[in-house]
Amino acid sequence: MTSERIYAKLLPILETYLPEDVDADEIDMEKDLTAELNINSAHLVDVVLDVEDEFDIELSNDDMESLRTVNDAITIIQNKLAASA
Amino acid sequence: MSQFQNILDTLPYGPSFLFVDGLNSVSEEGVEGYYSFPKHAKYYDDHFKEFPVTPGVLLTECMAQIGLVCLGIHLLKGNIENIQIGLSENEIEFLKPVFPGTKVTVHSKKIYFRFQKLKCACKMYDEAGTLVCKGTISGMIVNQDVDEKK
Repeated sequence: MTSERIYAKLLPILETYLPEDVDADEIDMEKDLTAELNINSAHLVDVVLDVEDEFDIELSNDDMESLRTVNDAITIIQNKLAASA
Repeated sequence: MSQFQNILDTLPYGPSFLFVDGLNSVSEEGVEGYYSFPKHAKYYDDHFKEFPVTPGVLLTECMAQIGLVCLGIHLLKGNIENIQIGLSENEIEFLKPVFPGTKVTVHSKKIYFRFQKLKCACKMYDEAGTLVCKGTISGMIVNQDVDEKK
């Protein structure tokens, strides 16, 4: 799956858990999910669980620790999809 | 001493805000515990004036302490020396009033426990076995020590 297609599927998941003071327009590849998009740690878990359902993959604790930016999420998803293909 | 005493001893609450008397069962999948709301608790003087009924926030707290925190302590399997707990979300339906002196039983089922977030489906029953409130409660359950070592 191309990173553009992954991003398109990821975007609505991120929008669901974005706090009210952050506009969806602020999301881009380089943004830090917690420090810049203000997604709290509890909602970050929700994002990951929704990503698992959407892409039919399973993330490990190590994946969770390497997850900082939107781009990291796309890389993790791409690697998981490649491994399961 | 009950076999669940270690869980009760780990609860991070002082006596004025402890809403767990004991546990009936604990497993990887869920927990059942009980609490009696004291007949003469101070909050009944004012909630409501002339009509004492247990505040919904305290029913929620009781469900969270039994259903989320006791279960979370069990799921951490002994890594509990510097436990930190934060409620993150809850959605509760209140079905019946709970009057002073009622002994309630809380049943909690784990929905998931992943990446330190525990989400449970909780139900509270009165002595007659009537469902008084139910809902889902989520929180982060972290052992601070283990976290810092990573």
